[in-house]
Amino acid sequence: MSNPAPAAGLAGTRTSRAAEATARGVLNFSLGLLILAALWWLGGYMISINPKTQSFAGFGLIPTLQSFPELWNLGKLQNAITASGYRLGTGMLIAIAIGVPIGIIMGRSKRFRELSNSSFQFLRMISPLSWMPIAVFVFAAWDHSIIFLIAIASVWPVMFSTAAGLAKVDPAWFKVARNLGATPVQMLTQIILPAISFDIFTGIRLALGIAWVVLVPAELLGVTSGLGYAIKDARETLSYDHLTAMVLTIGVIGYVLDTCCALLVKRYSWHRGDA
Amino acid sequence: MSIRGVNISIKGLGYRYSSRGNPTFSNLMLESPRGEALAIIGRSGCGKSTLLHIIAGLNRPTEGTMHFDDKKIEGPSSRWVMMFQAPHLFPWMKVSQNVGVGLGFAGWPEKEKAERVAEALKLVELSDYADTNVQDLSGGQQQRVALARSLVMEPELLLLDEPFSALDAFTRASLQRDVRSIAKRLGFNLIIVTHDIDEAVLMADRALIMAGAPGKIVHEFEVNLTDPRQRQDPAVQSMRARLMDAFHTAAQVAGSPAENAEAETASEPA
Repeated sequence: MSNPAPAAGLAGTRTSRAAEATARGVLNFSLGLLILAALWWLGGYMISINPKTQSFAGFGLIPTLQSFPELWNLGKLQNAITASGYRLGTGMLIAIAIGVPIGIIMGRSKRFRELSNSSFQFLRMISPLSWMPIAVFVFAAWDHSIIFLIAIASVWPVMFSTAAGLAKVDPAWFKVARNLGATPVQMLTQIILPAISFDIFTGIRLALGIAWVVLVPAELLGVTSGLGYAIKDARETLSYDHLTAMVLTIGVIGYVLDTCCALLVKRYSWHRGDA
Repeated sequence: MSIRGVNISIKGLGYRYSSRGNPTFSNLMLESPRGEALAIIGRSGCGKSTLLHIIAGLNRPTEGTMHFDDKKIEGPSSRWVMMFQAPHLFPWMKVSQNVGVGLGFAGWPEKEKAERVAEALKLVELSDYADTNVQDLSGGQQQRVALARSLVMEPELLLLDEPFSALDAFTRASLQRDVRSIAKRLGFNLIIVTHDIDEAVLMADRALIMAGAPGKIVHEFEVNLTDPRQRQDPAVQSMRARLMDAFHTAAQVAGSPAENAEAETASEPA
């Protein structure tokens, strides 16, 4: 018979350690942001007190924060986020729809992997933005060109991560599943996808980072909506507070998206010891 | 659980890994009646594991035929299930999900599936671990889950490919005893491939010694011992000695001093 008192004590110690670690994490996170905000404020203050740079005072922390209600009331913020979100989401979905199946074929078929490796590595090394002139010729709408750029930038991490995940899978799992009567569809949905979900989400996380970085410069060209366009528009109207507010928005959304992906990676990881 | 065994008939079976290579074995004949526990003993590389994979339908023979109760065998089926050397459980699933995975493939309704899984877990004495992640189990417990995963399919034939060789002596002994007792109670056939002579004596009704290249069955022994079988029982010791002699003779006829050394290692009492 086990003694409940020491077990309860042990559980209590574990809980208090976990709470302590969470508190430390929150503190460090807040402190890091606070230091960044302080440096920003200081930079803005120095710009504002210097008569030569005073006209750029809008870049400072306080004017930037003050511009958010105005941007919201004008609907600029929502419109920019919606337009960019649509392009990012569609581009990412295309990248996942192409990258995951091809990654699975690469992981399963050595012949396909050998045949495709040189072409894929070559295409992967082409800077996504260099496709822009071709995309503009091929697609009638600017929106479609940007979606194409996001898809072509983000397909490679998804594809290679999926293939690498499948290459690590224990081949005996396939033998066991076949032995227990799995059909090819069941093998895919119940064995392959759960086995490599960690790698797929890791690839999506990497792809999202790249897509987000590609999105903004792509929106600086041609289109009249989105976060990139909003930055260009603010620069041309010399609204530096609006410009910095949009930059801040890009950073916050990027951080939130990355955190969501990290949570998905953690949720679907079955490897012991993965954070 | 209602399981019945199967009459196994193998005629002229042969296998080559490549069309130009030497056969792993050829013209192999084997009959096993319903409910029999059959052990195939042999050194590494004699083709015993390949034979087991072919019987499971996971590999196709290059010659010969196999019939289970007059039905020609041409591929895998959940009616003849294989347990491998390692448990190969799916680590993203809980114990109960691992056990029920084959029933899921067969499209069983959730309620019936849960009942069968609970029954199989009870058989292997893991009912309390149904909701545990398989990565939190010991090696012996994981192998019990693999056994439950096989038993839940109510197979007519359970094929075991050195399934306990990676386990410690105590766990191995307990699983050897349990698998034989479950097989006898439920009435399904067992085919055990092993290089552990003790395992063959403790688990089988009949033992075949496979040797040579290409591999062939060189000796056959009826293991007429009463259950439960104890390692220290004189009758078990005597049968072990007979199998040892036959194993040595087969190894000397078939091969090198290295093979004889392996036979010594294989026969070390656990």
